[in-house]
Amino acid sequence: MSQNKTSTSRRDFLLKTITLAPAVAMGTTGIASLGLSNSAQATDSAPLAGPQTARDYQPVWFSAEEFAFIKAAVARLIPADERGPGALEAGVPEFIDRQMNTPYATGNNWYMQGPFDPDAPKELGYQLPLVPQQIYRLGIAEADAWAKQQHGKAFAALSPAQQDALLSDFESNKASFKQLPAKIFFAYLLQNTREGFFCDPLHGGNQHMVGWKLIGFPGARADFMDWVERGERYPFPAVSIRGERA
Amino acid sequence: MANQMKKVDAVIVGFGWAGSIMAKELTEAGLQVVALERGPHRDTYPDGAYPQVIDELTYNVRKKLFQDLSKSTVTIRHNPSQTAQPYRQLAAFLPGTGTGGAGLHWSGVHFRVDPMELRMRSHYEERYGKNFIPEGMTIQDFGVSYDELEPFFDKAEKVFGTSGSAWSIKGKVVGQGRGNPFAPDRSDDFPLPPQKRTYSAQLFAKAAESVGYHPYDLPSANTSAPYTNPYGAQMGPCNFCGYCSGYACYMYSKASPNVNIWPALRQEPKFELRDNSHVLRVNLTDDKKRATGVTYVDAQGREVEQPADLVILSAFQFHNVHLMLLSGIGKPYNPITNEGVVGRNFAYQNISTIKAFFGKDVHTNNFIGAGGAGVGVDDFNADNFDHGKYGFVGGSPFWVNQAGVKPISGLPVPQGTPGWGSKWKAAVADHYTHHVSMDAHGAHQSYRTNYLDLDPNYKDAFGQPLLRMTFDWQDNDIKMSQFMHGKMRKIAEAMNPKEIIGAPKVQGTHFDTTVYQTTHMNGGAIMGEDPQTSAVNRYLQSWDVPNVFVPGASAFPQGLGYNPTGMVAALTYWSARAIREQYLKNPGPLVQA
Repeated sequence: MSQNKTSTSRRDFLLKTITLAPAVAMGTTGIASLGLSNSAQATDSAPLAGPQTARDYQPVWFSAEEFAFIKAAVARLIPADERGPGALEAGVPEFIDRQMNTPYATGNNWYMQGPFDPDAPKELGYQLPLVPQQIYRLGIAEADAWAKQQHGKAFAALSPAQQDALLSDFESNKASFKQLPAKIFFAYLLQNTREGFFCDPLHGGNQHMVGWKLIGFPGARADFMDWVERGERYPFPAVSIRGERA
Repeated sequence: MANQMKKVDAVIVGFGWAGSIMAKELTEAGLQVVALERGPHRDTYPDGAYPQVIDELTYNVRKKLFQDLSKSTVTIRHNPSQTAQPYRQLAAFLPGTGTGGAGLHWSGVHFRVDPMELRMRSHYEERYGKNFIPEGMTIQDFGVSYDELEPFFDKAEKVFGTSGSAWSIKGKVVGQGRGNPFAPDRSDDFPLPPQKRTYSAQLFAKAAESVGYHPYDLPSANTSAPYTNPYGAQMGPCNFCGYCSGYACYMYSKASPNVNIWPALRQEPKFELRDNSHVLRVNLTDDKKRATGVTYVDAQGREVEQPADLVILSAFQFHNVHLMLLSGIGKPYNPITNEGVVGRNFAYQNISTIKAFFGKDVHTNNFIGAGGAGVGVDDFNADNFDHGKYGFVGGSPFWVNQAGVKPISGLPVPQGTPGWGSKWKAAVADHYTHHVSMDAHGAHQSYRTNYLDLDPNYKDAFGQPLLRMTFDWQDNDIKMSQFMHGKMRKIAEAMNPKEIIGAPKVQGTHFDTTVYQTTHMNGGAIMGEDPQTSAVNRYLQSWDVPNVFVPGASAFPQGLGYNPTGMVAALTYWSARAIREQYLKNPGPLVQA
């Protein structure tokens, strides 16, 4: 009974406090908006039927070729497999494209005055004059050039095994890029892929909360008074900031 | 030419905990007070509004509430032979900006201090002999005792609404079972009972007890129940949402200047707050013996002069030091001659972490948490054990402080797991809600080789030289890290996990600015009893410019085992009392050098 009690009080709490957030209509079947009727039963709802796919998305910042690289690369970094959907299915490419138009991508809160010494000890931190927009633009061009040099085709056209081998070369800096270290490009790509897989769906990634479902993170529930002391599995599904339910 | 504002009694630079406490105390004393905060205005609403605030990407990953490094940062090097490089991206430490300062987005671990740490050098010399302290280690006494500070610790806890388990009150033991037997005596209990223990903390407590240590509830400035503080400010009970550190608390449960002090300060007509006001320097008379006020840049980029009789520097630790150096208050430290006071004894914290992984039947639900909640042991903190045979100075509390682990930044995996691909994906899925993380939250000593000065190469957005940190780990730090790691590992092993990860520092480990450690930086404008070796006296008053007071962790002569905020708050109340009861009657040096 404590489950029902928690759910109900949760709903009441949200109804009282969420009034500032517009109730968003959810287009996809199987997702109940919080605050609507019968949300108390949503904990028992079945997982989404059928294979998970990301919604259609046209990139705003990346070119078609660049976006093809992003889609191919993130699908290898967090692949779809027997544990569930991967980065591609979670909408990580959309997330990264949208991030390119945020202050983050222009290094808005980074100190970017020179002189720059990229050869400084690594413990002294990032010392390149490049911001994420430049890291992606230069890095994808270099990665595709490297792929063509190794296999005669752009990265996106290669087999998964070839792609994995190239990503390992980027990660280890074995691939020699001319404009920036391959490992720097790889590090940003991997970090942003993880962000897009586990962020709130508000940012375009983690669609249908597939990242959160994978690990058991309940998202924006943000009230665990009744669960603090219990060493047992937390039973409620994830919710997002917009009120979607996994 | 700077625009000149009307003179006030006191100007406060930096409006976090220390600035807010000072503003409250000085307006209570009848002073006209202006506070200048370089960042934007911030408060529980809208900066902590649910559900928008429950957003890891925006807050902790993109670092919405922290210092904007594009305007001002520090440069860092490990030793004087290197060229210091700018700290270009926030990583190892996360200073605040905006009204409320880091007090808006801290965790809430609210300790007092171990009394021994206030007289560190004297204590070690008495117990182990003068030769025990290594050459080049510049630890000192604070010049104030625990007994003197006790009423101010008590006051701060009541303002903060702190939850905890006392060990002894007025000499009577009351806390068997949940209190800390190593804690100093108290004049009163915590205002609230301890927070609930997470399952991880329960596992830790049981394991620690089984190896002979003494677990206790961490003192937490997250509320275990509804609370109204002495200023009439109200707090709601913490619900363990897991969003403290890096976030504003939407529940009004985590103490902040915004929640706990401003409701009273807002009623005060003698107080004015100006945000988006970046102070460039303290203005001094020609003989540099008196401050006349400060000059700041306002939101529109205008230089403005604010004259005042009293100047309080209450910005973050290194900003206080930066402002003193830029203004010419006190003699800069010279590590070669070991002379000068501003910039000396810069210290940090020496932490090591262990994570224990369990099978699928152990549910630690790491998303549950509160920033200040947890269970610790102090058996190896301060000088609670005999250091004689181990050859290092300093101690560490150990604890499980499950503050709420979020998935972008907090997915530990077993040793040897690749960083991506199906194996990584399986590992994060299998371990996220089945692990326990514990820290040895180590004290850090000060050394001649670790100091702050002005950088010759890099400037801030206002054209002023950046502050330069020269800092690296020393042999003592490495010895201590290895010792503490070994002792804490016994607790982890007693939990019978599948695997343990985490390692202590090893010889040759350099300070890594790219990995988060803590924001607990100390020193640079330290307090003491001798003007030759301290920048401020025991009341945090500048020896050189007596109408300047400098509250904050910049006053600590070395880094404590505990988190610094409780000590900062108590010291600020202690300093404010001296200003109110002594300085205002007779403005001048409170201690004769």
